[in-house]
Amino acid sequence: MIGVSKIKQYSNVLDKPLSKGKQEVSLSAFAFLFSELVQYNQTQVDNIAELERSRLEDAGYAVGARCLELLCHREKGNRRETRLLGILSFVHSTVWKVLFGKVADSLEKGTEHEDEYMISEKELLVNRFISIPKDMGTFNCGAFVAGIVRGVLDNAGFPAVVTAHFVPMEGQQRPRTTILIKFAEEVLRREARVG
Amino acid sequence: MAAIYSLYIINKSGGLIFYKDYGSAGRMDTNDTLRVASLWHSMHAISQQLSPVLGCAGIELLEADNFDLHCFQSLTGTKFFVVCEPGTLHMENLLKYIYELYTDYVLKNPFYEMEMPIRCELFDINLSQAVQKDRVALLGR
Repeated sequence: MIGVSKIKQYSNVLDKPLSKGKQEVSLSAFAFLFSELVQYNQTQVDNIAELERSRLEDAGYAVGARCLELLCHREKGNRRETRLLGILSFVHSTVWKVLFGKVADSLEKGTEHEDEYMISEKELLVNRFISIPKDMGTFNCGAFVAGIVRGVLDNAGFPAVVTAHFVPMEGQQRPRTTILIKFAEEVLRREARVG
Repeated sequence: MAAIYSLYIINKSGGLIFYKDYGSAGRMDTNDTLRVASLWHSMHAISQQLSPVLGCAGIELLEADNFDLHCFQSLTGTKFFVVCEPGTLHMENLLKYIYELYTDYVLKNPFYEMEMPIRCELFDINLSQAVQKDRVALLGR
């Protein structure tokens, strides 16, 4: 009969326990969806910098904010990170593991500036099938991932400017990708105070 | 180990979207490659009509004195064909593998426009890896 609904287990969806969710997602499905996201935003902006900065990064920011909430509850038992190294290793291991299935390749502190840290990856999952045409210059779809990192850091109380860069490696055909994190002044001052 | 002379990919309407030659035997200039592509597209279509057997999907193999031509047509009408030395083995598997590379590195690329010439670095890199002589032998499992 049309209109007869199934008897729900819980009357209110908010009462249902948070499930672990499906652990596996089709890579092809994600690749096509991401490709469509990039293509759609390309039609909406006037120049490449805007595409990278305001569109892809902002899309990632929303993902990062939600990721932080979910992972704090699931993985860390609602403990809050207050130290810089703590939140960085959280991003480098936990967030990467949940989103991309593996921890990031490396986490380094910048040598030139005190407030710079870098997460490096041989090839970002989002860039796996993407070849950037020559005329787009230094555009990197990894800006989406940079947005995710910025979302996590911002909402955890560590405001930062996060960007994605290609770093050519000698002896390798494809350049490595580095997510550069530049923390705001207040974060460093707070960190110095806490000791 | 027999050699591949050249690889062509043509879109639904018969336009050449990718051409690669391996070795000087099959080398042609751009205009000739475009002609061969549209020629093959038409022949493929005509053969479907001429076939005495019902349900023919088009020419799969053309054998000549100096070369063989293997063709693979996807469900969407994109044709992949390779010109090789007579008697080269495992070409069907190679064409299917190239189709997989196409779906991965060309179709999932947001900067690729459908039916346009393929200019994807990753596709080129993986294709050259696949066509190396020892890899072709491995495809015949």
